[in-house]
Amino acid sequence: MSGIDVAPKQGTLIVSTGQPVVNDFSIQVATVNGSGSQSANAVLMRSIFLMGVPVSGKNLFPSNIAGLPTWFTIRVSKKGYVARKHTSEILVAMNPETAEADVKKLPPGAMAVYDEPLKLDALRTDVPFYAVPFDKLVAPVAPEPKLRKLLRNMVYVGVLAHLLKIELPDVELAISKQFNGKKRATEVNVAAARAGHEYAAANFQPARFTVERMNENANKIIIDGNTAGALGALFGGVTVISWYPITPSSSLIENLIDLLKEHRVDASGKATYAVVQSEDELAAIGMVLGASWNGARAMTATSGPGISLMAEFTGLGYYAEIPAVVWNVQRVGPSTGLPTRTAQGDLLSTAFLSHGDTKHPMLLPGSVKECFEFGVAAFDLAERLQTPLFVLSDLDLGMNNWVSEPFDYPEKPIDRGKVLSKEDLDKLGSFQRYKDVDGDGIGWRTIPGTLHPNAAWFARGSGHNEKAHYSESPVDYVNNVDRLARKLDTARTLVPAPVLEHSAPGAKIGLIAYGSSHYAVAEAVDQLEEKGIAADYLRLRAYPFNQQLAEFIAAHERVYIIEQNRDAQMAQLIKMDIAAADAVKLRSILHYDGHPLEAGTVTEGVVAQEQK
Amino acid sequence: MATTPNPPVKQNRIGLQVIDYRGSKSTLCAGCGHNAISERIVDAFYEMGVEPEHVVKLSGIGCSSKSPAYFLGRSHSFNGVHGRMPALATGAAVANHKLQYIGLSGDGDTASIGMGQFVHLMRRNLPMIYIIEDNGVYGLTKGQFSATADIGSRLKNGVVNELPAIDTCALAIELGATFVGRSFSGDKKQLSALLKAAIAHNGTVLLDVISPCVTFNDHEGSTKSYKFMKDHEEPLHDINFVPAFSEIDVEYDEGTSTEVTLHDGSKMQLVKLEEDYDPTNRIAAITRLAEARERNEVLTGLFYLNAAQPSFTDSMGLCDAPLSSLPESVTRPGKQVLEAIMEEYR
Repeated sequence: MSGIDVAPKQGTLIVSTGQPVVNDFSIQVATVNGSGSQSANAVLMRSIFLMGVPVSGKNLFPSNIAGLPTWFTIRVSKKGYVARKHTSEILVAMNPETAEADVKKLPPGAMAVYDEPLKLDALRTDVPFYAVPFDKLVAPVAPEPKLRKLLRNMVYVGVLAHLLKIELPDVELAISKQFNGKKRATEVNVAAARAGHEYAAANFQPARFTVERMNENANKIIIDGNTAGALGALFGGVTVISWYPITPSSSLIENLIDLLKEHRVDASGKATYAVVQSEDELAAIGMVLGASWNGARAMTATSGPGISLMAEFTGLGYYAEIPAVVWNVQRVGPSTGLPTRTAQGDLLSTAFLSHGDTKHPMLLPGSVKECFEFGVAAFDLAERLQTPLFVLSDLDLGMNNWVSEPFDYPEKPIDRGKVLSKEDLDKLGSFQRYKDVDGDGIGWRTIPGTLHPNAAWFARGSGHNEKAHYSESPVDYVNNVDRLARKLDTARTLVPAPVLEHSAPGAKIGLIAYGSSHYAVAEAVDQLEEKGIAADYLRLRAYPFNQQLAEFIAAHERVYIIEQNRDAQMAQLIKMDIAAADAVKLRSILHYDGHPLEAGTVTEGVVAQEQK
Repeated sequence: MATTPNPPVKQNRIGLQVIDYRGSKSTLCAGCGHNAISERIVDAFYEMGVEPEHVVKLSGIGCSSKSPAYFLGRSHSFNGVHGRMPALATGAAVANHKLQYIGLSGDGDTASIGMGQFVHLMRRNLPMIYIIEDNGVYGLTKGQFSATADIGSRLKNGVVNELPAIDTCALAIELGATFVGRSFSGDKKQLSALLKAAIAHNGTVLLDVISPCVTFNDHEGSTKSYKFMKDHEEPLHDINFVPAFSEIDVEYDEGTSTEVTLHDGSKMQLVKLEEDYDPTNRIAAITRLAEARERNEVLTGLFYLNAAQPSFTDSMGLCDAPLSSLPESVTRPGKQVLEAIMEEYR
């Protein structure tokens, strides 16, 4: 027993009316940041996951340590839709600052669980209110006031478990997972959840929104994109990391450091990797280039402001042809922008980063699984192409938890690209660093320390000839930059190809999206079909593009490019690459308010433009 | 036909000739102090018997940063971007801690655009030799003041520098560099001894070498001219360096010399010219530099040495083999590791 009176007051059991809704709703938890609601929300999401039901979670948080409003939404979808949904049917109102506005936003027939002292029940009559005395319930569970503040959140997990029929053993397993099986933490959190459950069971009937067990999550995992990217780097064989902390990319490196400490220490306890926290992003990319030139597999991770600082060194890497792997976990720009909100606004600035004629390959993961896979492939590609390569994720993909198939162990062995050894030089006698001997635009390189008198070459960002000697000759310059263009053509054949995600017979229109926009577009395709609009959907996974993109555009009358920026950056990149006759077919659906894209935005955008 | 036998070719202890340490022909101005420094670098690596393939050269942008092309042609080199040589060097040294690193920078490349990275390199005590070819002027852009130009010094066009100079040596000592000295490109003996000792040192070596710019800063009124240096140079001591592999063949008067031992066992002898100078005393070194500045002297010599401080790469707990050489069996964990991690996320 929790020790307080939880007996229902006769005749006051709150009943929600309306049609039952099973496995198709969203929960919004409104809290204050720094209050420790993250764990409770993760437990709630995992409990539903353990019930075998498709679920997704998104954290909308401020650029602040404590005290500002934060909202966590959990979407439950039997059809497997995981994009953000405009409205939530279930509100958990824990933040006095936003409670009134949050309640007013609920659609009719929704429901609200709230902290009893907030007295929200007078705000609306078309929504059932569930008042919960969180402080009273948590007091007997947690003697220390600090712990109480955190455990209040676990109480709403218990309340929702009763209301939504989430089974308690799943909640308890989720708690144990959340706290890595630590006994004491698990016990108090389970006690808090039970206290909430017990109170709700005594006072409320289950709501009309319920979770019913399915079998959609067998063998699946829950993971965020930054952790997935870190795993990609681990299994990609990274050896040198240099980084400067910046939201939302920091957790990628921090997770990677934890993984390396565990998995990359030799028998004598020595590290087979090195991490340098640099003085700024200029130094971060500089160290990556220095390490990579010297034979290590090196990477950094950053976001928009860091990318801007990396422009100078990226040009050096491009022109001196030094591999580098750079993760850009995008946030809202320009300038400091909205550091904790998501966007796809760095596409153009990354593709052409630095002065002069520069173009960089970019990988565009559209799932946590691809964050892992591209995280591995990025090193092979950067070393094969001998150039800085960017992986463009975003805050939504990187920092939110996603349900995924487990990751597959890399099939291909590590590819270090065209590197000549001492033995090769013994046979060849000498080599020319920038000579295109294979016709793919990529020369052969040697690594410093190669014990051969002709191994050395002079890496520089100034003009050079095939022998890497200083040259201001117009012929040498043109030869060099034309070869670099050929190298980018080689990249087209090596980077991940687009995926035809949906094909509708006779579709006259095509949709194109990439990255985290995928989920809203996948859902919108179904919504459009219901409205009688057949659309094919091609998901891009990398730049430079291959022929498949041009063919897709050529095969449709109108092509909608859906992306999360103001200036239709992907559309602009595509226009540079396709025939003028096809470029006029392109239309854009743009979303750039910092919140993840919703299917409705895509569907409405297509419908509106189709009617024109 | 009788032939005159060739005189025996002079070789160093690993059987290489001095020509094996040379680079391509300098394109800098005739008489540029930088060329003399390149020659001293060639001699030092030759005399120390360092395998050229074990040396890595780095530089930023400017006249100084061009000079790695003019020495050690068998060594890899990376001529990077302006003021950012420290980042390239740090990444490189971490990737392969078995090679020897020498960076060439200028006063603009270090004390203006590169200050941010310079201070962090010094702070990390990265194992490398960092040479500032210091002429107080931007040569390649035709003669603007740099941040090491002395207050009151005058450009050819009459412009007077109103700002105080940054003392890169005092800064380096303050920040954590473990071998800090200043020399003059025209002082063959002192510079050679310092360079050879620098090669033996494990940690950041900062050598500020005053190197007059014959084109833009070698006139009356310049404090970085050949004439000014000859008149105002104040050597702290006479330096002699004996590598660990040589017999000690010089004798010193015990009363007037101090001997310091470098990490590889090499000895450096500092023959006193003036007061009892102890290069292991950090605070005294900073004070001595400040005093010389007050007296308008250009103090040269070895100011500070700490051979015991672990270098950046020593303190990282790295495996013995260079990270750059690790095979896939070491760098990619096995399939069962991924499976176990996946289980954690279920």
